[in-house]
Amino acid sequence: MARTLINLPKTAEPGAVVTIKTLLSHPMETGFRPGPDGRILPRNIVTAFVCRFEGEEIFRAELFPASAANPYLTFTWTATRSGRFSFTWQGDNGFDQTETAAITVG
Amino acid sequence: MREKQPDRRRVLAGTAGLALAVTLRPAVGASLPRTETTEDAIRRFAGSARIRPGRVALDLPPLVENGNTVPLGVTVESPMTPDDHVRRIGVFNERNPQPNVVTVHLRPGAGRAQVATRIRLADTQRITAIAEMSDGTYWSGSADAIVTLAACLEG
Repeated sequence: MARTLINLPKTAEPGAVVTIKTLLSHPMETGFRPGPDGRILPRNIVTAFVCRFEGEEIFRAELFPASAANPYLTFTWTATRSGRFSFTWQGDNGFDQTETAAITVG
Repeated sequence: MREKQPDRRRVLAGTAGLALAVTLRPAVGASLPRTETTEDAIRRFAGSARIRPGRVALDLPPLVENGNTVPLGVTVESPMTPDDHVRRIGVFNERNPQPNVVTVHLRPGAGRAQVATRIRLADTQRITAIAEMSDGTYWSGSADAIVTLAACLEG
């Protein structure tokens, strides 16, 4: 399991715009870079990120080799009700990881 | 027998060619082969729709010391209501091996059309972001970055 950092407030007023910051520890090997032996290292990147709130998709990103190592994404969400976020990263070599975080609104 | 002997002139020409190829290598490495042109990638994103300049602002440092991790912020002027919101934002580069940087999909519930990430830049170049609105219009904005240490090339 790769390390993740998810930053969002624990509580929010209804209607407030909340900033959600996510970071995943991942090399994001581009597939264009030579290794120590001079040969091109095979690509190993995270290609998709999805954030859901109570099962409903609120944000999605497609990532490419031009994303820096340890992909970092910041996005916003308007607080409506209390619930749980799920964050899913998927990528090369069957990479698939999901984390969750809760928020209390009101 | 004479035919099979390597001709002195040919050998010399071959050596000169090899020396030239060796001296040219760093230059070849600097302009990496691209998988697709930026225009093709943008057309794959936007189809044949007209892309107008405006409404999209990029936050990118003008001078980048390390191209391996460059902070990038994209903000689109939009009220983000169910009737009028940003559907997608595509970010494209000019000189990396692959033209796509990131594509994000937004919902009206986002409240603001504002995202941030970190990207790699293989060279001094212009970054373009294109936003698709819920009414089907496309808007673009761009920013230039000078890169002193390039990503991808250094091992």
